[in-house]
Order: sequence, then structure tokens, then C-alpha cells
Amino acid sequence: MSQPVQTYTPQAFHRQAHEALENPQIRANFRKAMDGLMGKRRKAFDDWDLETLRELGANIRLRALSKLPDLLEQLEANCEANGIRVHWAENGEQACELITEICQRHGASSVIKGKSMVSEEMHLNAHLEKAGIDALESDLGEYLVQLNEQTPSHIIMPAIHLNTGEISDIMHERTGTERTTDVDAMTAAARAQLRERFMTADVGVSGVNFAVAETGTLCLVENEGNGRLTTTAPPVHIAVTGIEKVVEHLADVPPLYALLTRSATGQHVTTYFNMISSPRKADEHDGPEEVHLVLVDSGRSRVYQDDELLDTLRCIRCGACMNHCPVYTRVGGHTYGTTYPGPIGAILMPHLMGLEATKDLPSASSLCGACGEVCPVKIPIPDLLVRLRREAVGDGVGNVPGAGVKRSRKEVAAWKSWQWLATHPGAWRGATLVAGSFRALAPSHLGPWTQYRSAPKPAKTSLHTLIKRHRKEKGE
Amino acid sequence: MTAVKLYPPRPDKVYLFGTCLIDMLYPEAGLDAVRLLEREGTEVIFPDDQTCCGQPAYTSGYHTEARAVARAQLDLFPEPWPIIVPSGSCGGMMRTHYPSLFAGTPEEARAREVADRVFELTEFLVHVCHLTLEDRGAPEKVAMHTSCSARREMGLAETGPALLAKLGQVELVEQERASECCGFGGTFAVRHPEVSGAMVEDKSRAIEAAGAERFVTSDCGCLMNIAGRLAHRDSTLEGEHIASYLWRRTS
Repeated sequence: MSQPVQTYTPQAFHRQAHEALENPQIRANFRKAMDGLMGKRRKAFDDWDLETLRELGANIRLRALSKLPDLLEQLEANCEANGIRVHWAENGEQACELITEICQRHGASSVIKGKSMVSEEMHLNAHLEKAGIDALESDLGEYLVQLNEQTPSHIIMPAIHLNTGEISDIMHERTGTERTTDVDAMTAAARAQLRERFMTADVGVSGVNFAVAETGTLCLVENEGNGRLTTTAPPVHIAVTGIEKVVEHLADVPPLYALLTRSATGQHVTTYFNMISSPRKADEHDGPEEVHLVLVDSGRSRVYQDDELLDTLRCIRCGACMNHCPVYTRVGGHTYGTTYPGPIGAILMPHLMGLEATKDLPSASSLCGACGEVCPVKIPIPDLLVRLRREAVGDGVGNVPGAGVKRSRKEVAAWKSWQWLATHPGAWRGATLVAGSFRALAPSHLGPWTQYRSAPKPAKTSLHTLIKRHRKEKGE
Repeated sequence: MTAVKLYPPRPDKVYLFGTCLIDMLYPEAGLDAVRLLEREGTEVIFPDDQTCCGQPAYTSGYHTEARAVARAQLDLFPEPWPIIVPSGSCGGMMRTHYPSLFAGTPEEARAREVADRVFELTEFLVHVCHLTLEDRGAPEKVAMHTSCSARREMGLAETGPALLAKLGQVELVEQERASECCGFGGTFAVRHPEVSGAMVEDKSRAIEAAGAERFVTSDCGCLMNIAGRLAHRDSTLEGEHIASYLWRRTS
């Protein structure tokens, strides 16, 4: 049976994590998928000087961000010169309204969508539905997730939480497709179901992987051809993206593309790489008559104001951080309850939703550093997780909405006591001495720790004392 | 990933920063580190006033408190001798985070200077002492767990296994997903106990499945976590700090 419809929220992270951990199917699906993806990535970079390439990728992104306001203006000017109409949205709500208006102006009732996480971020489909416009996801994973009334559990592979049997069930229940374990047959069925909609859709909505400022080009990376159909078959194409996706030069794209596909799926190239630079020209046979670009801020310019948090915006959305995250691998994407799950979600979502809603996400990491190690643009994810923890427990003066939300007197007092002890060496030595003397009385149950592990016992003698004895024995 | 580090010649004297976990829970490991270093002809200075590197507060977001505690350690190493830390986690804190923690404060230069002198124990034994070992123990299959801080923050994935490889009777067994975190992560283990519990369960099973008769690690956080998990489900497999293991088998 397919999974029942469920809504996930970041506030319920603990409960959702518990449910995921107790669900052997989810555990197995994610473990298998993430092991596969990690292996593919490793292989894809085999013959590459990965560190040099990552350094290059990081520098391209940093250079673009350092000139972000100028590059956005340049992008707008060049897009407009190419005939692409550019719109600015301060938040998701505004972006949804802009897109709805464009649809309504064309009397659209049917929208076909290429994969776009920004559209997920602003709940575009629900917004369009309210306006009586039917939006259909055309990326296979997104299509399945939409059929199952779920949200993506991974930013690159939206239906990675489902296995073949579950997908067969969903397609059977929602579209009447014969139950089968033949992946090709299921893909063919979905393809047939989608094909019709490409031809009849009034508007195509897509995301953008890289927006090139110097040429006004929108780059779209995909494997299924659905992106190309979405952006060429309907008479109107609306591309929607976050303001951070801009790069300066066309020459910046190949290194980022090389990093993106290898980091994401271990591919050397994707099946399709689309470069959209204008609507259909007079002498062209196909392509949309109108192309729009909607640039969404949604808190990004606030992130931009902070020299450290700024690094969050380097992200090229490859998903490698989640593929390598031991927490994500165990709890899956839905547990995070946010559009972007995993490590990148934990450092990005607090800016989009505020720390009040997302306060459990930055702490949901052992800071093992696997995410930072594989990030193709070298985002110091662990450092940013620590920064957000600091914002959450701090005095509320910070660049993140909801700063100070986790501050508790009890915890502050505990750390202050620890500080006092650790800055008074005499007292510290006394404390270790006392702990050692009374070790028999040490509790064997320490709350959450002893749920899964035996309690550590204080040693009889501290290292301080052992070394003193050792020196005496040596006659020092 | 750290840049290539140039190692100094073996000095006559070193400092030992014992770490708070070793001080309170695994003091023998600290003493065994001293014994190993002394056997190499290096005098070990253990500043008596040392307490904790400040990491627990740092990773929890309490940087004022972390800085105060870290500041109290900065004065303990006045001579230009290397500072040996038998933990990748505390070593990583001191080497990589002290400079940023003290950035813009009067102690910044001193924090950088201290950070530059920090060596993790296995790193120092391999790259500076060029340690040779004569194994006197019985044949044993051993799994090594390298902490994430040692592996990623300090770039020391190889030094622990390299030391074990010097023990003639020890067979280093490969565990599945050896580079994956054991789930400790300091306060993570108590803030997200279930996720952490699932991680340490997988880690301990992987070590058992590798056919190990014992596991060794150079970090007491991981040791406490993995050994605690094994003991909790009455496994007979035991863990040990690498300093103790090396000393025990060669003394």
C-alpha cells in the first residue's frame, strides 16, 4: 500500500524522526538509495582533481555573490534585451501572485511544471489551484509525489523515499496503471500520462539552475526531457528562481555544471542541458511566445547582509550533503518538515521560516562534517549549523528571524556553572576527585543517554592525580 | 580538509592537554599517552591547571562561555613546545576553532599561536616521532574507529590505522561505512537521542560484523558512545583508547 497522506512540519521534527526510525521500509529505502548515490559520486570524481574543482566552484559562487546586486541588474537588463520579461518578488506569496496573474492574463487553466524547488518553497501548486488553475508536475519523481499528495523528500530525487512496489501501488491507485515491478513499464505509463499534458498545457513553469548575467541566459539541468518540453511546448514559459542563482559569466557555468551533476547523481553530464535565452523568434518553428523570469527573494537578501551566513547562498542544490548525512540517511527527508531537508535545509530553512519553527533543525546534526566535505562549492555547513545554534540560544540580537528562541534560563545557568568550574582549576580538580570517590553512587540512568547506552562511570582517579603519582614514581 | 602540514623535528619537550573526558572517565588513556611519548625520549609537561578545551559550549552555541573556558587554557602553554591532544575532537577545537573564536579579541594572536602548536596524539606519534613498535600481544582482530573530527576537521584518517599496522600480531579489520559518524556529536547525543541511538547501533553492528575482537579509537567521546552501546546490549566486544592499546601491547 502507498503511504497515507501526512503533513510534516519542522516543529514536529522529534516525533517525525521517531516515526521514521521505527519504519523499517523508510530506513531501508533511504539507506539503499544514499549508499548508491555516495558510491556514484565517488566514482564520478575518480579521475578529477576534486579539490581544485571544488575550490574553483566555491570561488565562482563567491565572486557572483560578492557582486550580487550588480549581477542581478545586469541579468535583468540582458534578459529584457533578449525578450525575457523579468519580475521581482519579495516573498513567495508575491511570486505566486505574479505567476498566477501571468497565467490569468493568458486565460490559462492548465500548467505543466518542470522541477523547481523554489516553487515548492512558495507552495505554488496550492496557490494556482485556489485560482482554478491545475498545475501538474512533469518530473517523474515530482509527479509521483504529487499523485501521492506528498512533498519531495529530497531536492534532486523527490520520490527517493518510495521503493518500486510503493510506486507501483501509487500509480495503480491514482491512475489505474496495472501493478508491475517493471520499472520501464511504469516509466512508460507515466510518460504516456504526461505527454498529453505537455501538448495541451497553457503555461510551462520551470526552475533555473544558473542564470547567466552577462548573456541573460537561463540554464536548466535535467534528465527526463520534461524540462525541455515544459519550456518549449506551451505558449508561455515562466521560470522561477531564487535571486542567488545568478552567475557572472557563461564561462562560469561549465565548472558548476561539472560539479553539480557529479555531486548529485554521479553523472558526467545530464541527458539534457537547456539554455534559454529568449522567446521564440520570428524565424523559429517552436518555443514559447513569451518567457518570464520571476526572481524571488524570500529572506535571501537578509542572509546576504551577514558575512558568515552569506555562504549559505553559494548552494547549487546538488543534494550531496543530504546523500552523505548520517542523520538524513536515517530519518529521511520528510522528517525535517521543510522544503529543503538535510544539512542544507538545516542551514537555509531558519532564514526562510524563522528559528521559532525550525529550532530543532540546526541541532539535528552530530557535526560530523560529511556534508561540508562533499559540498561542491565548499559551504562550511558545520560552522553554519553552529552559528545558527548560537543564534537560537543567544540574546536575540542576530541576523536570523527568531533569534534567541531557544534561550532558557536553566540552560544558560548550567553553562555558566560549567564555565565557572572550568575556569577555576582548583575547583575542577576537586570536582573530579569527588566524582571519582563517589563513583559507586553515580547514576546508571542518565535520561536520553542510557536509553541506548550504558552510563559511563567516573574514573576512581583523575588524570591529574595519575600524572602526579607517575611523576613521584619517576622521582621528579 | 586541512592543508598539507609541515611537521617539526622531534622536540625534547611537549605539553599534554589531557582533555576533560580523559581526565574524568578514561585517565589511563592519558597516562598511556604520556608513557608512549616518554618512551620516545620526549619529556611531557602536563599543566596542572588545565580543564576543558571549551568545545561542548562552543558546539552548543554558547560562545561567550566557550571563550572564557578556552581563554583559561591559552596561558598554560607558554613555551614554544608542541601541545599534544589525545583526541581529534578537542584537537580540532583547538586547532581550527580557537582562531575564529578569538578573532577580534586581544587574545587572537595567542590563540593562533597555540592553535599552530596543537597536534593530535596519533598524528604526532606518526609524523613527528616516527614511532616504531614491537608488538608483544597475542594475535587479535581489531577495528579502528577514527572520529569525524580527526578524519575531517584535522585530516587524520590515516594516522590511527598506520599505528595499528605497526603491531605485528594485530589484524586491522575493515568495517562497512568506516567513515560514517558513530552518532556521538557531544550534546547531539542527548538532544536527539533516538537519531544518535540509531547511528551508534549501526556503528556497533558494523564493528561486530567486521569480525573485530576489539575496537580502538583515538577519541573518548566515540569510545564512550560505541562501548556504551555495546555494553548496553551485553556484547562482549570492548573498546579502548588507542594510546592504551599501543602501550599495553608494547610495554
